[in-house]
Amino acid sequence: MTFQASEQSGDTAFAPVLSLDNITKTFPGVKALDGVELHLYAGEVTALIGENGAGKSTVVKTLTGIYQPDGGQIMLDGKPVHFPTPQDAADAGVTAIHQETVLFDELTVAENVFIGHAPKNRFGLIDTKAMHAKTTEILASIGAPIDAGVKLKDLGIASRHLVAIARALSVEARVVIMDEPTAALSQTEIEELYDLVDTLKAQGKAILFISHKFDEIFRIADRFTVFRDGQFVGAGKMADIKEAELVQMMVGRAVEQLFPKRHAEIGDEVLKVVGYSHPTEFEDINFTLRRGEILGFYGLVGAGRSEFMQSLIGITRPSKGVVRIDGTVQVIRSPADAIQAGIVYVPEDRGKQGAIVDMPIFQNVTLPSLHKTSRNGFIRLAEEFAMAREYTERLDLRAASLNTNVGALSGGNQQKVVIAKWLATQPRVIILDEPTKGIDIGSKAAVHDFMSELAAQGLSVIMVSSEIPEILGMSDRVIVMREGRMVVELQGDDLSPETLVRHAVGIQTKGDAA
Amino acid sequence: MSLTDNAPRHIPDRLRSPLQDRLVSWESLLLAVAIAIFIVNSLASPYFLNAWNLSDATFNFTEKAMIAFAMALLIISGEIDLSVAAIIALASTAMGVAMEMGAGTPVLVLVGLGTGLLCGAFNGALVTKLGLPSIVVTIGTMSLFRGISYIILGDGAFRGYPSSFSWFGQGYVFWVISVEFVIFLVLAVIFGVVLHKTNFGRMVYATGNNATGALFSGVRVDRVKMILFLLTGLMSGLAAICLTSRLGSTRPSIASGMELEVVTMVVLGGVNILGGSGSIPGVVIAAFVMGLVTFGLGLLNVPGIVMSIFIGLLLIGVIALPRLWTMWRKRAG
Repeated sequence: MTFQASEQSGDTAFAPVLSLDNITKTFPGVKALDGVELHLYAGEVTALIGENGAGKSTVVKTLTGIYQPDGGQIMLDGKPVHFPTPQDAADAGVTAIHQETVLFDELTVAENVFIGHAPKNRFGLIDTKAMHAKTTEILASIGAPIDAGVKLKDLGIASRHLVAIARALSVEARVVIMDEPTAALSQTEIEELYDLVDTLKAQGKAILFISHKFDEIFRIADRFTVFRDGQFVGAGKMADIKEAELVQMMVGRAVEQLFPKRHAEIGDEVLKVVGYSHPTEFEDINFTLRRGEILGFYGLVGAGRSEFMQSLIGITRPSKGVVRIDGTVQVIRSPADAIQAGIVYVPEDRGKQGAIVDMPIFQNVTLPSLHKTSRNGFIRLAEEFAMAREYTERLDLRAASLNTNVGALSGGNQQKVVIAKWLATQPRVIILDEPTKGIDIGSKAAVHDFMSELAAQGLSVIMVSSEIPEILGMSDRVIVMREGRMVVELQGDDLSPETLVRHAVGIQTKGDAA
Repeated sequence: MSLTDNAPRHIPDRLRSPLQDRLVSWESLLLAVAIAIFIVNSLASPYFLNAWNLSDATFNFTEKAMIAFAMALLIISGEIDLSVAAIIALASTAMGVAMEMGAGTPVLVLVGLGTGLLCGAFNGALVTKLGLPSIVVTIGTMSLFRGISYIILGDGAFRGYPSSFSWFGQGYVFWVISVEFVIFLVLAVIFGVVLHKTNFGRMVYATGNNATGALFSGVRVDRVKMILFLLTGLMSGLAAICLTSRLGSTRPSIASGMELEVVTMVVLGGVNILGGSGSIPGVVIAAFVMGLVTFGLGLLNVPGIVMSIFIGLLLIGVIALPRLWTMWRKRAG
């Protein structure tokens, strides 16, 4: 091991194994990567840091051959390479441990590890013996006490994770990408993972470590690279940088005045949530919401914000907690109850939860309000069209006709249909979950403008967003959630990109064991 | 970029009239097929164009169609019930037991409908309360319901239903118009109105297109599905009354295999087997198509086994033709 260490600290120390140079990747309407660079060195851990949407996942997919870059160069050992398919990336020794590796419950550990590239015997059939032997070898190398022959469904979460890692290492890996590997692990499992990373380092592998958690990054990484909005911000050695500087790099810019927050009269308390808890997703959520107010919910993906909101509208049952509207306790067991109570939810997943894409616009708009457009349960088409027209035109919807299927519209216009649907119910409280995710800039501004107009008209708005500029630009008050709990409530001068990120990643509570 | 600055754009209700949509629909194609079969039949057999013969022909589909209407709604909502024929067996057996105990016609009807409702409730509860897939649940209850019939009846049969009971399956309302045919027409109108003209019908479509989206939009998805399972059970009970009355006896093998003919009728009627689309007029025309084909082949002395081959080919053909047509046009154009 000392031999390996000395070998890499020699002349290869400054020549990266794998480099991304000026990589660009564009999706319709979005520049996901804009000329980024990234260098990975043998025997070193490089942390890739950035907000949600900074381009981290796109880089991983580019490196593993899932996406093809539009421009720029990938260099392996200083030579340009192309990874047209994931198999090409694997052949070149680039392997990834994903956030959620797909494993097969009914197959054995060895079959899972070698799926797709199992060793063959001379008849071209799978050489089970060799496969088991190799699997046992790999598992031993990462210190995992797992029998190669057991079925995956008989293993716990932690062991499954080790199997996923073993699978990544079953190709002759030189570069190992770990995409938020600790997200689903307990504290002891995380410690074991750190040991594993040390083992891989000692074996001379170049490691790309993606994580939101600063304590983790400072514990394990040798170098860092920061992305912001698909652009390269900076890179360096962990030893030379402080947390505060990293946060500054992550957040960067001053918040542009893209967000036309109008003055709204903040009135009486409308919604009061007390002690809302769920067995696994969130705990002890307390807040009030006033008339005309926009309340932002910020946090990292997986902080439990959407789960809480969906519980609030009756999709999942809370274990305890009380919701009051105008002081009256509401029992909400289904979205239908929530609509009746005046709480509506615009979900993040538009195609699945927000709209019924194979049905026409007007039928989508009137679905929760059918009792208003009908007589004794019988549909009145003219009234349906009138209602759909009133609310979609208020939102400046662009569509060929109201009888067009929602699926034929652009993302921004689909979102307008969903919002129109909820406004037609004349709610007291509207919850918008990542309202501008995946929609073009123009529609984004329209949605922001409209949100502000609604607040000015006296509606209470809850906005869940992972975009800091949006949160800062639109909210009167912000609640930050982390790991299912409310961390802090911020308003006025306390609101800054730095404080939001610090609370969301949990730097201030770094010391305690939780 | 403010919304109030520019006047809102006017969005038309529709680009084409509903009539135009209807002309190019599945139902129109199916109607053409029905007319073609009618013409072929009347040319092939001199006995076809006879009022009493045609009236007899309706019995080929009336009982199945009663169930098919409810099944159409159930399939549009994204579920299915394969236990319908077994429900007929159980309901018929229950009526037989009640008859042996001396029940009169009104009680027999209540027993038939009640058994159907109970079976539907059982299916519905398993699907909506336990979240089990309906295809598996109803394959299970298919064996269960018919199994109970076999235990009660063994090799035997119930005979000797009261003479007033025969009205349902053997009675005529007017000239050649049978009671069953009138029930079929009335149900066609009721189900058509429910599916196409009511809020409930809209919720059925929404549920079948995207159950999650419907739930998030305030549709009580489980309640919609429960009601549809109850309706399907009730219609199976009604079909059991008609069929038992027509045959005048109950054997445990009654209506065996009928569930597949019902599903065939629904799919032939243009209902998407994956849920979300379909219409009652389509199912009505499909009922006539199947009735006419069976009857026409019967007049030509074609044996039953060949008939089922023909129905199978018809189903595959009618479904595959439009797909082949678009594929051919794409290649040509």
